[in-house]
Amino acid sequence: MSEAVRGSPRRAFEPDWLARIGWLAALLYVVYAASLLDFTWARFVTGLEQAARFFDRMFPPDFSRWEAVLKGLKESLEIAVLASVGGIVLSLPIGFLAARNLMPAWVNWPARALIAACRTFHPVIVAIIFVKAVGFGALAGILALVIASVGFIAKLFAEAIEEISLKQVEAVRATGASFMNVIVFGVLPQVAARFIGFSTYQFDSNVRNSTMVGIVGAGGIGAPLFVAFQRFDYDVVCAILIAIVAVVFLCEILSNQVKRVFGDAMRDAREPRGG
Amino acid sequence: MSQAAAGAQAGAVAALELRGLQKSYVRGKPVLHAIDLSIAGTGLTAIIGPSGTGKSTLIRCVNRLVEPSGGQVLLDGEDLTALRGRSLRLARRRIGMVFQEYNLVERLTVIENLLCGRLGHVGALRAWLRRFPQVDVDRAFELLDAVGLADFAKTRADALSGGQRQRVGIARALMQEPRLLLADEPTSSLDPKTSVEVMELMRGLCAQRGIPVIVNMHDVELARRFASRIIGMSGGRVVFDGPATALTDDHLKQIYGGEGWLA
Amino acid sequence: MRGSHAVAELHDTALPGSGIRREWQRFTPGQRLARFAVYFFVVAAFVLSLGTVEVIPEFLWDAPAQMQDLLVRMWPPDYAHYPASVHDALVETLHIATLGTVLAVVLAVPLGLLAAHNVTPSHTVNTLAKLALVTSRSVNSLVWALLFIAVFGPGALAGTLAIAFRSIGFVGKLLGEALEEAQPGPIEALKASGTPWPSLLVFGYWPQVKPAFWALVLLRWDINVRESAVLGLVGAGGIGVALNTAMNLFQWDRVAVVLLAIFVVVIVAEVVVTWVRGRIL
Repeated sequence: MSEAVRGSPRRAFEPDWLARIGWLAALLYVVYAASLLDFTWARFVTGLEQAARFFDRMFPPDFSRWEAVLKGLKESLEIAVLASVGGIVLSLPIGFLAARNLMPAWVNWPARALIAACRTFHPVIVAIIFVKAVGFGALAGILALVIASVGFIAKLFAEAIEEISLKQVEAVRATGASFMNVIVFGVLPQVAARFIGFSTYQFDSNVRNSTMVGIVGAGGIGAPLFVAFQRFDYDVVCAILIAIVAVVFLCEILSNQVKRVFGDAMRDAREPRGG
Repeated sequence: MSQAAAGAQAGAVAALELRGLQKSYVRGKPVLHAIDLSIAGTGLTAIIGPSGTGKSTLIRCVNRLVEPSGGQVLLDGEDLTALRGRSLRLARRRIGMVFQEYNLVERLTVIENLLCGRLGHVGALRAWLRRFPQVDVDRAFELLDAVGLADFAKTRADALSGGQRQRVGIARALMQEPRLLLADEPTSSLDPKTSVEVMELMRGLCAQRGIPVIVNMHDVELARRFASRIIGMSGGRVVFDGPATALTDDHLKQIYGGEGWLA
Repeated sequence: MRGSHAVAELHDTALPGSGIRREWQRFTPGQRLARFAVYFFVVAAFVLSLGTVEVIPEFLWDAPAQMQDLLVRMWPPDYAHYPASVHDALVETLHIATLGTVLAVVLAVPLGLLAAHNVTPSHTVNTLAKLALVTSRSVNSLVWALLFIAVFGPGALAGTLAIAFRSIGFVGKLLGEALEEAQPGPIEALKASGTPWPSLLVFGYWPQVKPAFWALVLLRWDINVRESAVLGLVGAGGIGVALNTAMNLFQWDRVAVVLLAIFVVVIVAEVVVTWVRGRIL
């Protein structure tokens, strides 16, 4: 091969036409879509002026209605906690049913379809439906976030179960253990740490979303935030945003602690069965 | 080249000079104690010694992958320890380096890995668009022929065997047209037969081009076979320095300690 | 971890109570305590929330009936409404998601580079970049949308910027982590040959992070398709606007069409992502 090309200058790289066409197409798309959505420089410039006024009105933040803010935050947290617990409790069985290595097709297909359905819509859209079904208030928010939690935790839990080592399951099965015992002794120890990981992650996510479902009337701090926006009370908006970010941060620190405690404690949990 | 080689044989020109080179990672615990060395403009110099004695640190101090704590590194009379930023980069272009773990960019093709040796000379944009000067591309193919991998030019580096990867590593270093080649345990990850082939290749190619080579080695026999000069290190000091033929078992005892391991 | 686990067990049974020498064991009773503290905390939070949350239980019992009523009103969906006003909004949603992702990537790459300690060896710069990324992530895309509406007025521009700014944190964080996982060997080799840093990025880092990069961009695009569907609820363009209008007018058969459209697009997006990922990785 090397002899054949000797003499003429050798090329180190074949021109990658596919990549070039790809980049060109991407560039054309960006220009086309930007013009379609009417992004113009003029809008950008007027926007910047507007931004200056906007920030001017945001500061200093107005905490005078702190009682209402606190009440909203409390409700948001309640929604997040209840939805997380509900979601986790539901995710355990649904996740098991959806694991293809443990369940026959006629069980795992409906379970997987259910999980997919839970994942399809953004929690806020689900919240809209529930607001119509159970009325305005925290209940709609809780139900919406339960759905979101099942969509996330059960999906990842099922995937985690599908990745486990079947040798350990076989070993337990070989002792003549019942199905529940196989689950408890062969499967759960292998996936418990990851389950807790997904759950704490989803709790964080629920806290964030619980501050938003109020926009469609499903309870929590979202409603006062949206109202303040619509009234152009940007100093109140700023105060609420600061409060939300603080709560989100606190919850994240908290769930990191939980993850750490349980990440290490998984060792202890296995210990009695280890020998 | 022939002039340089002749000069080096006369012992007049030193390609690399280390003066009082020191390094301590932890204050008060020096890994290198004031090393003084002069490397001639040609030939293969092997540095042998037990693990953890500072061979690797010494070689990395030369191109400042490790920052020396004191002393001077003179490449063709220029002190590298004083260089910063761009001038250090320009100095590094003149020093090729071969690594134990090959350190190829695995997801790039062999030819791209070779051309990596020219990145110090080619602008980032040209490199990104793979617009290397034809001179470089031609040299890359010549070197590929020389290391016997002409048919692998467009193979990805992660598809090669250890010996093949190290050949690419040598070719990449030679793409720099270096004034000096450093090799850090180049054969330690290879089997004995491949080790000999790689050493042969490295010595041969560098001798042709008049490039002096400094090699860190574990294998004393391999060092005896290929090096014209051997430097024995122990405890961060040079304890032997002389032609390969002058290395005796007594010296080895001094370098490695004990004697039970000597057959 | 497995190894230390085995050692832990051995040590635990062999030498109970002599935990001073091994750091992890010193914490074992504390860990137990911490675990019970977490249990207690979770149960307490649950009970407390359950007790104080303002929920009217009757509404819950009423829910199935209400749900049924809703479904009856939704059926049959008003398909004629789709070409009339849903289709354009749907396309706009896709443009918002895609353009937002592109913009996010453009902005996130420099931040990701600054956040990776092996690319940018300055602790201060790493921390600042990470702070920017955390800020981007902790603000919900709906809040970003509200902020940009206040600045640019309602419409797709605010929506696109909201998607972009929410995604910067995601893409930047994961890109930074991928960069930090890059093998140092090839980088060292390139540095040793005098490679300037732009070429180091192009030849040393980029080939190593390329698969992770495309995977996370695709993942984010998939998420953004879902997120951009709700932005219209606050007026930031896309199909959410159509949803909001139909809902405010109680045209449930039209709401059904909009939801169906979102459903189909989300499924298609997921299929596309899976297909592309299978091809490029």
